[in-house]
Amino acid sequence: MTTSTETSTESSASVAQYALQLGDDALILSHRLSEWCAHSPELEEDVALANLALDLLGQARTLLTYAGSLEGAGRSEDDLAFLRTEREFRNVLLVEQPNGDFAATIARQLYFATYQSELYAALCDSTDPELSALAAKAVKEVAYHRDHAVQWTLRLGDGTEESHRRMQAGLEQLWPYTAELFFADPIASALVESGVAVDPRTLRPAWEASVAGVVDAATLTMPADGWQPRGGRTGRHSEGFGLLLGEMQALHRQYPGASW
Amino acid sequence: MTVVEEYVALDLAALEAAASSVPDPELPVVTLGDLGIIRGIALAADGAVEVRITPTFVGCPATEVIATDVRAAVADRLRESGAPDIEVRTRTAMSPPWSTDWISDAGRRKLAEHGIAPPSGAARHAGGPVAVTIGRRPVSAAPACPRCGSADTRELSAFGSTPCQSLRACRACGEPFGAIKPL
Repeated sequence: MTTSTETSTESSASVAQYALQLGDDALILSHRLSEWCAHSPELEEDVALANLALDLLGQARTLLTYAGSLEGAGRSEDDLAFLRTEREFRNVLLVEQPNGDFAATIARQLYFATYQSELYAALCDSTDPELSALAAKAVKEVAYHRDHAVQWTLRLGDGTEESHRRMQAGLEQLWPYTAELFFADPIASALVESGVAVDPRTLRPAWEASVAGVVDAATLTMPADGWQPRGGRTGRHSEGFGLLLGEMQALHRQYPGASW
Repeated sequence: MTVVEEYVALDLAALEAAASSVPDPELPVVTLGDLGIIRGIALAADGAVEVRITPTFVGCPATEVIATDVRAAVADRLRESGAPDIEVRTRTAMSPPWSTDWISDAGRRKLAEHGIAPPSGAARHAGGPVAVTIGRRPVSAAPACPRCGSADTRELSAFGSTPCQSLRACRACGEPFGAIKPL
């Protein structure tokens, strides 16, 4: 009996960590995309990028609320989003990368939305009912995110000489960070056997084929593998991440408990 | 105790009707019932009335206003029925996921009458790998102009004034309009 309870508690703690990883990915990318609002190349893009950010924020709220409830320490979605420090965030490095120019943002979107499409499609079959319900909902929304990134990659890649150059540079600049998406992280790996989590490694072939199809159609070239930084899943983030958190958390920290 | 439970049990349909008749805060021409986001109402073990609501998009910013409006509408109905002390709660029901197929025929008609094109074509259903769309989307999926009825419309952006709408324009009459996008 004791063993069963301990196993169950241990398992809840792992699921909480897994939900936190997925939730942090969505939250941090949502914040990066929201930085574009009022700075996009055209009004429709202000609206589009804000919409993408909002969808991701909705996923993050669901996942962080779930992580907090499994953790059992009484932390709400807001506590997790606004009161953790850099080293406590579990998002991959890709989503925290500075926006760069519009083409770099589109490259990050192409990589991440394609990954999330594959991830959520697979998570629809998760044995965890909360995760499968969110995945079944979010997979349809993320299809629009991917479509947005595909349309822009085609326009920029197959556009002018300058837009082609910038789109290729964006793909190259962010490519190193894609390796971390498919790294066999210990938290996810421990939950694969019970059917809760998806083994990140299994998502790579479909992801790569999908990205390569778009890159090719856009007359661009797939970047070559080289440097593969990672560390986000264990809380080791890049330099700009502290500034991002500073802005994201300022209001909540200055006015604790503030509400609309 | 028994009297209260029986009384509320008998009235659940009326309470659900009250919840369903609440106008959507962002698209007030349709009700929550028209949108198909009220998923049911039940009496919880502690005697509270619990309404299950599903979001259209997970991040829809109207979700909290909708829940507040639903609680107020159900509480009003309880008060009118002489049972003002019963607690009303709302709960998010994520599964089965909402799709545009849940919008009623009446809802589709009201949207069109108010200049918002109802969803056209089949909803995107979950499951399986996500198809790669390269190039233009199929023309058959284009919604008709809610002003002049022309099918010759184009997409300005897949993202519009609310998460559930895209922004389109009519080539025949020039009208720009919002369209509920298939989900």
